[in-house]
Amino acid sequence: MADPVRIALVFPAVLGTYGDSGNAVVLTERLRWRGIAAEAVPVEIDQPLPQQADIYVLGGGEDSAQALAVSKLADGSLRRAADRGAPMLAVCAGFQILGETWLDGHGDVSPGLGLIDCRTDRLEGPRAVGELLVDATREGVGVLTGYENHGGRTVLGPAARPLGVVRSGVGNGAATVDGAVQGSVVATYLHGPALARNPALADHLLTQVVGSLTPVDDREAAELREERLRAARSAGRGMRRRQWRPPARDA
Amino acid sequence: MTSARYALARAAGSAAAALSRITRQGDGTTVGGRITLAIDPRALEHAAGGRDLALVTGTNGKTTTRSFLVAALETLGPVVSNAGGANLPSGLTAALARDRAPRRGVLEVDEPFVPQVIEAVHPRAVTLLNLSRDQLDRYAEVRRLAGIWRDALTGVAAPTVIANCDDPLVVWAASAAPDIVWVAAGQRWHDDTSVCPECGGVLSRTGTDWSSTCGLRRPVPSWRAEGSTVTDPQGQGHDVTLGVPGAVNVGNAALAAATASLWGVSAADALAAMTSIRTVEGRYLSTSYAGSAVRLLLAKNPAGWTEALTMVPAERQQVVVAVNARAADGRDPSWLWDVPFEQLAGRRAVATGERSRDVAVRLRYAGVDHERIDDPAAALTAAARLGPVEVLANYTAFQTYRKVVRGAETRVGRDG
Repeated sequence: MADPVRIALVFPAVLGTYGDSGNAVVLTERLRWRGIAAEAVPVEIDQPLPQQADIYVLGGGEDSAQALAVSKLADGSLRRAADRGAPMLAVCAGFQILGETWLDGHGDVSPGLGLIDCRTDRLEGPRAVGELLVDATREGVGVLTGYENHGGRTVLGPAARPLGVVRSGVGNGAATVDGAVQGSVVATYLHGPALARNPALADHLLTQVVGSLTPVDDREAAELREERLRAARSAGRGMRRRQWRPPARDA
Repeated sequence: MTSARYALARAAGSAAAALSRITRQGDGTTVGGRITLAIDPRALEHAAGGRDLALVTGTNGKTTTRSFLVAALETLGPVVSNAGGANLPSGLTAALARDRAPRRGVLEVDEPFVPQVIEAVHPRAVTLLNLSRDQLDRYAEVRRLAGIWRDALTGVAAPTVIANCDDPLVVWAASAAPDIVWVAAGQRWHDDTSVCPECGGVLSRTGTDWSSTCGLRRPVPSWRAEGSTVTDPQGQGHDVTLGVPGAVNVGNAALAAATASLWGVSAADALAAMTSIRTVEGRYLSTSYAGSAVRLLLAKNPAGWTEALTMVPAERQQVVVAVNARAADGRDPSWLWDVPFEQLAGRRAVATGERSRDVAVRLRYAGVDHERIDDPAAALTAAARLGPVEVLANYTAFQTYRKVVRGAETRVGRDG
């Protein structure tokens, strides 16, 4: 029997404030449902990052937690995994620290891990809190739904492309897009967790490890998506009235 | 002038509360308090009127611990308290304005309002239970709340702080206070305290002990809760048989007893007074529904749900999981994935509430056999047909279930 697919959950007690550890549960179970052996490997903050995991998952966290996570990952372990093409999903604070720079709790610019060509500073105005709807059709994963809760604004550089176009909510807070895709790294501001609400994105990551996948029963997720898409669209109408944003440039 | 204004404010608030009750808008506490505060911004201070007060705050256990402490202090005489869970300044004002006779009082306070309430009522004691992630759409970061407490508890005129030494965030918040009583009340949830709140470094744990390289560490407690025993500062152990379940409530009882001791109530008397409490504003309520035994458990956040799951008796096969995401619950139910629902595997669950679809997806990934029924009463009926049911519900879903089971009790009463 083949070795189980190993999904490294990076520092869940530090980068898991918004339920994002669920992303590792989703990836693991979706493989098991298909008869593929898989295990989630939580990596605690005082442990070294496993070098041979198949997928790496990072979630959101508080400012002080971000700083600690960066200091632990600055040993190059995550970069080596990215360089060998291991798929990665980074959410919110996890997204920010993979960039070139991010803002720490004191508002100072801190160096990130440099896996994504982006820089994060502060959103003008209030924290972005609410339903977020992202059209990621161009990445082949359709419309993504989730909940965002962040004060950061992330501007992508030329080496990163957005995960999708914001249809409702704030996302990166720049260029009306959310997230980033660079090499094997996928990043987003979507909580929910992102992969529970968007099984297509989960399978997109899994396909890179195990190849094509058989269908599974996603009826309950489909019902949830339908409900949340409706909620985001009605919230989005209110949002557009309150706040001007540049038009989407997805032509 | 001030007292005339307060008298007017109190009368207006009480009239508004009465109107709200008559028109069945609610019990009137909040609207009455808000009107009183609008007319006299210092109404909370005037309503407190120099009385001898204890404040209870924390993410989880406020209402139960308040109720324990009221029972303990009532051994000395009447006690004013904000029963009904209205724990914002408006609710505190209304409670104090309504019940003016008792000299002693116990108030539960919503976490971010602690500084404002301390300043207005000058309490003798502030009891800090725990802090963990809750309603992150409103409060964003747990550590920020700890910082708010810390600032409020520093200074020479600060009240005595009774604090849970097993929660590093509580310890950090309390440790600047001039007068502290440490209580080992326990903490099962550690996921908000991997990082030291003082220095941002890694917090290390060995058994119940914890420490950070900056020097912040678990203080030596003078009171301890272990199993079903509360040990007082003299080293005397008291076996407590509470009427409410859960190890967490033995810890809450220890915190309440430690607080009551500031008023001269002995540990034995305080703990004895708490044992008769079997339900607190619907929490832990045992009743029957559709012919089966039903118990209601309230859980509002991952730490609370993690505790509540330990309270489900092994033989109880039916569980209702009810979740809403209104403002009072937190708008984002992503926290469902921080709760070890895998522990329910082997039981039959019914997902319900306004976010039942989120619950259903979570239970599917947790491997828990379940169905989803939108309507809470129908969900409970479906579960109760199969046998005794444990209902676990978050804040507003829990209020719905209190009405559902109360309706059933009323019908039974009328028929019989």
